[in-house]
Amino acid sequence: MKQRMTFGAVAAVATLTLAACGSSDTIDADPSADNTAGTGGGSEELVIGSQDYYSSEIIAEIYAQALEAEDYSVQREYRIGQREIYVGEIEDGSIDLFPEYTGPLLQFWEPDTEARLMDDVYDALVTAAPQGVSILDQSPATDQDSYVVTQEFADEYDLTTIADLANVTQDITLGANSELESRPNGPDGLKEYYGVDVGFTPIEDGGGPLTVKALQDGDIQLAVIYTADPSIDTNNLVTLEDPEGLFLASHVVPVASERVDADAQAIINSISAAMTPEILRELNARSVTDQSPAATIAADWLADTGMVS
Amino acid sequence: MDLLREALVWLADGGNWAGPTGITARLGEHLMVTAIVVALACLLAMPIGVWAGHRGRGGDLIVGIAGAARALPTLGLLTLAALALGIGLVAPVVALVVLAIPPVLNAAYSGIATVQPSVTGAARAVGMSSRQVLAQVQLPLATPVLLGGVRSATLQVIATATLAAYTSNTGLGRYIFAGLKANDYPLLIAGSLLVVVVALVVDALFAVAQRFSVRHR
Amino acid sequence: MKWLSQNWPMVIDLTLDHLWMTVQITVLTVLFAVPLARLSMTNRWLRAVAVVFTNSLYAVPSLALFMMVPVLVGVPLRSTTNVVIVLTLYGVAVIWRSTLDAFDTLPPRILDASDAMGVTRWRRFWSVELPLASPVLVSALRVVLASTISLITVGAVIGVPSLGLLFTDGFQRGITAEVITGIVVVVALGWLLDRLVAVAGAAAMPWRATTPRRSRRLARRVQAQSLRGTDGSAA
Repeated sequence: MKQRMTFGAVAAVATLTLAACGSSDTIDADPSADNTAGTGGGSEELVIGSQDYYSSEIIAEIYAQALEAEDYSVQREYRIGQREIYVGEIEDGSIDLFPEYTGPLLQFWEPDTEARLMDDVYDALVTAAPQGVSILDQSPATDQDSYVVTQEFADEYDLTTIADLANVTQDITLGANSELESRPNGPDGLKEYYGVDVGFTPIEDGGGPLTVKALQDGDIQLAVIYTADPSIDTNNLVTLEDPEGLFLASHVVPVASERVDADAQAIINSISAAMTPEILRELNARSVTDQSPAATIAADWLADTGMVS
Repeated sequence: MDLLREALVWLADGGNWAGPTGITARLGEHLMVTAIVVALACLLAMPIGVWAGHRGRGGDLIVGIAGAARALPTLGLLTLAALALGIGLVAPVVALVVLAIPPVLNAAYSGIATVQPSVTGAARAVGMSSRQVLAQVQLPLATPVLLGGVRSATLQVIATATLAAYTSNTGLGRYIFAGLKANDYPLLIAGSLLVVVVALVVDALFAVAQRFSVRHR
Repeated sequence: MKWLSQNWPMVIDLTLDHLWMTVQITVLTVLFAVPLARLSMTNRWLRAVAVVFTNSLYAVPSLALFMMVPVLVGVPLRSTTNVVIVLTLYGVAVIWRSTLDAFDTLPPRILDASDAMGVTRWRRFWSVELPLASPVLVSALRVVLASTISLITVGAVIGVPSLGLLFTDGFQRGITAEVITGIVVVVALGWLLDRLVAVAGAAAMPWRATTPRRSRRLARRVQAQSLRGTDGSAA
């Protein structure tokens, strides 16, 4: 967030002579501006956000419906990009509730963290959270990056862990979102911790259908796909074990502002407790295979569990 | 303008120009994709437009198609092509060709169709065949307009090819997306500046070519 | 069409978001561009700016502007304001230039006549110049509309909801029907608004049949040539 700046003059917009010379802190979400609202009109609305990721939207929608059932009024701000874009709005309180993932969020705030296991990561995250942002209970449900290969590729070279990639005699190309190339758990991490050399191809769909297709077509041999992604099962992909802990444990964790009161926190915590890894994968599968909207998936699940009738 | 200075520093660093993801390579990819796309668009659209202009029919249809195609959202075509064709160059090339066709088609048709009837009539009167009228009268006279169509298609593709980086590992758009994802504004601005410079240089080359073609027709 | 049967309410919501942004951009574009065009008729400096602005803006990819305008102006990145500002800039670039051309080619005879009748400059603008330039304005507006509706979708990449969300979401979830729905609705919306402007333009210009041929020819030329200005900015 260091790079963000606010510049003073709103110079004549239409002439592009946007005299830019500036200083200070952030591009930042002016909470009174449209779209980031929540403070408007003195309402008690809680602003619930989600990542630009369908699974995150489903979880956010579950929060929203559960709170609405208890007469909270909520405003939905879903699909708002990646962490780099929305964290500023969580930090300044223009978003009140956001489903996050423990490992990646900790790494965002503390890139050099040594924590790897579920509870260490959670404790470190609670400590790392800035003033005014509270980390609610983490869920057993997990959705983390993992290295996957096709079943045939795994069989051919007898792969079970990432370290086994050293046995592979052909060139390996890794496909993943472009930011992985420079991250510590990308090609550099594979080299450092497992002694495996890989090439890199960016594919910007977050381990989505294009990545899977590239794996199956043999354009790439190794990909990063979320563990809760139903395509791992449906496409018969093999997740390689990660004994060195390249990827941090990554459990679903709600991040809340001070405006989320104790009752609301209790509701959200009960949702987190009820959600298991299997459930999360089923919810995601409904989104991808049944193509249902998040609202339907969330309502069905809340009804099934009896949390909202 | 700290960010702009950082972007310029990044551009000035020779290390960023080398290697398979260096500026030289990305620039080459960008220009190559643009060239392939424009060439394909010309190959597909030019004959149809010229023929329709020569025969003086189908004009409304062509203008209608070109207008409708202009409303096609680039991002939608790119994602659709990527879902169907996977990673690699084919998907963005297909999507960009669809976008490049309308200006070429429009220019080919209107360039030929707007040649003065008195001129073509005179050509026929001195005994030229229909084919000769097209090759020796209409085409030379329409060259500046045809070039104008290719020019707008090319510039459109140069700017739009940045979006291709959303589904494919190619071109200067990679810097913009990488900067976007990593919140690296100098990288993003540097990438944008490169695209702007390429577009302006290519535009200037076309302007020279167009002037030349007017003078020598 | 399994997807559409379950998700059509979302499509309607996004269409309304999309439409609302289009309306804001179109109105702002005209409000900025027409006065600028009129002023640059007589102001040499503004005229130079118009030429540079329209000739260079199309070269800037819209994605880059979506990222840079927040840095320069201080609006939130993920806001409709950002998208509205950026696309208004592109719109102004097209309309400013073509309307200026239209003002430049107004028949001097008519302007002289209105001067001779002693009308004020303000009235001359409202009741003579603007009506005579409006065929060009309307065709330029239609060009701007088409490209605006298409470019708004790019905002989905930075998290501003529009029909473009159907592209990014469909891409991630691998739902082709969602992407196709997005394309169809965007094109349909574009067609509908284009008809609307064309019809409204014709109704507002009953004199158009008597508009000097020069001006009508210019209108057609704008339609064809401003392909360059707008589509160039198509990324």
